Amino acid sequence: MTTTATAKEPFNPKLRRRVDEATGQHLVECNLAESVTYTLAQEMDRDDRVMCLGEDVGRNGGVFRVTDGLHARFGDDRVVDSPLSESGIMGAAIGLAMGGMRPIPEIQFEGFLGPAYDQLCNHAARYRTRSRGAIPIPMVVRVPVGGGIHAPELHSDSPEAIYAHQPGLKVLMPSTPYDAKGLLAAAIEDPDPIVFFEPKRAYRLPTREWIPEERYLIPIGQAKVLNEGTDLTVVTWGATVYQALAAIDTLPDDVSIELIDLRTISPFDRDMVIQSVQKTGRCLIAHEAPKTAGFGAEISSVVQENCFLYLKAPVQRVAGFDTIMPYYKLELDYLPDSKRIAQAITQTLAY
Amino acid sequence: MPIRTAYTAKIDYLSILDEHGVLDEHLAKDTLRDEEVLELYQYMCRCRALDETAFKLQRSGRMGTYPQNKGQEAAAIGSGYAAKRGVDWLVPCYRENAALWMHGLPMHYVLLHWMGDERGNQIPEGVKMTPLCIPIGTQMLHAAGIGWAMKLRKIPSVAITYFGDGATSEGDFHEAMNFASVFQTPTVFFCQNNQWAISVPRESQMASETVAQKAIAYGMPTIQVDGNDLFAVFKASKEAIERARAGGGPSFIEAVTYRLADHTTADDARRYRDQAEVEAWQSKDPVIRLRKYLTNKGLWSDEKQSALDEAAKGMVTDVIRAAEGIAKPETTDIFDYTYASIPKELETQRRTRQTHSLGQMPEQVGLS
Repeated sequence: MTTTATAKEPFNPKLRRRVDEATGQHLVECNLAESVTYTLAQEMDRDDRVMCLGEDVGRNGGVFRVTDGLHARFGDDRVVDSPLSESGIMGAAIGLAMGGMRPIPEIQFEGFLGPAYDQLCNHAARYRTRSRGAIPIPMVVRVPVGGGIHAPELHSDSPEAIYAHQPGLKVLMPSTPYDAKGLLAAAIEDPDPIVFFEPKRAYRLPTREWIPEERYLIPIGQAKVLNEGTDLTVVTWGATVYQALAAIDTLPDDVSIELIDLRTISPFDRDMVIQSVQKTGRCLIAHEAPKTAGFGAEISSVVQENCFLYLKAPVQRVAGFDTIMPYYKLELDYLPDSKRIAQAITQTLAY
Repeated sequence: MPIRTAYTAKIDYLSILDEHGVLDEHLAKDTLRDEEVLELYQYMCRCRALDETAFKLQRSGRMGTYPQNKGQEAAAIGSGYAAKRGVDWLVPCYRENAALWMHGLPMHYVLLHWMGDERGNQIPEGVKMTPLCIPIGTQMLHAAGIGWAMKLRKIPSVAITYFGDGATSEGDFHEAMNFASVFQTPTVFFCQNNQWAISVPRESQMASETVAQKAIAYGMPTIQVDGNDLFAVFKASKEAIERARAGGGPSFIEAVTYRLADHTTADDARRYRDQAEVEAWQSKDPVIRLRKYLTNKGLWSDEKQSALDEAAKGMVTDVIRAAEGIAKPETTDIFDYTYASIPKELETQRRTRQTHSLGQMPEQVGLS
């Protein structure tokens, strides 16, 4: 296997770097997209089995530039412009994993998972069970997800519940640069197939984040409290995290909201959600996907099963509607925004 | 000149041992030695015996649905023998048992699979193959990927994948052929054209004259062979495999054969095909022609056949005993192979199912 650069050169020198004075930690300033790119480079530096393949991921650096610079660093064999062939990408990645590689297939948009569904759910997810453990499929399927970026049809959906309903898969959706780095590294190390959803709307938020350059892992299945509170728990993930944060900002000072970013959809952090709702007595779930049979329904059930006597109000959901995701002129009317979330919080508190 | 020929193509058809057992000595040169043919013939008979008995097992309620391999043994054995055991990967469909057994899959595993037991797919360490693949035409992509991985890792192994004529109508077939040719992976696409995809004949499945010509679009060497001819299948497979191993990329082989039995034990082929057609193909049976050839050469006799049939019966009994003798899997197996390590919620489901109650752990109801 050939690489075109030595592993010692720092990746993407254009990113700002500094050393934290208190901890001596080397930090790099990234948005979410840059964080994913940085992590891919770091993981490919340390393990030459790791390779990326997908449509336009090579010389072009991906349509979201998330694989930008990787081809120059790792060459044709490890950053592969694949044919325009989603099932092909997924199926070939399965074979690559069987053959000892650690493939990271990219499906360009979540809407194009459709043609790859059979390979992902009927093969990747099932091989370990089917072979009684003889044939694991370690691979990370990277997929930009969600709406809000004025994209064409089938470029804005949120199908995470579909894949969370598939035993054998794990489903992740980080919302911050820090989480993306730690979760992606953990996913690449994981022996099972993982769908790694990257919320497009959060790829390039104006505020970058200083994150450790050194490799770190965030355990899969562990949620994160972004805001501690005592009156109501908001559970969300992906780009909706930012809508929830904005909603909390609009509430009166005496309202205390606990905000949980799930980060992993499947298996989700039941303990953290249950403990939080037992503390606050109220729960609101917000996600972009259609409401009915969305992943909020599962969380709501778990809360009901485990927090029944603690609840002061019915569990509420703010979600996309049970409609086809509209073209972008109306997408902001569809997506749950800070206003709808704030209103739902207020109503739940007043119940 | 306004019109020129942009591309022309032809498909060769290779036949070495005809249905009367007559060998083309010239084409057979450097293929199989007499002792190899003798060994492979006996192997073919044993596989046929097991296949026939598997059918009876289903009929007597001792096994679930089973797809008979009958009539296609030369295709499986000729190609399987051309691949290196423990080195090359087999990526099967479900009608090439003989190739899998030849490459080290314990024979009773195939029965276990059809008896509804995943342990039949638990490929032993060192055996290079994927399990039987039920969804049609999806496994060829895995063979493209495995071959690709071998190329990237500079391991001189080839992946050979099996599928039927119907599978070539699936999108994944074309995506696999395209991936293999674009990345020049060491992958051999072996189509067992047995004329029928359940009830749909090849002529209704595709408008192309041959299956082999589909590979022309992917720029790979392609050939049609008599799939009931052990010599032809071996020769074409050997060439394709060694070409792939030498860095020559993927190849395609169309083995023209015939499904002598029903699609599966759940099928009744009399509903859709003429008995005359079946009888015509019975005379082309790979076992019969090989026996004729060996007998003509003085290498085989009725006595030897009787002894072989007797030995095969014993082997079949042993295989069935192995498959039926294995204890039912533990219920917890349902949970234990979903992920490498069991998620907490799944562990809860695993434990609470023992109590047959809503969420009560075993210790809460006095179970350990």
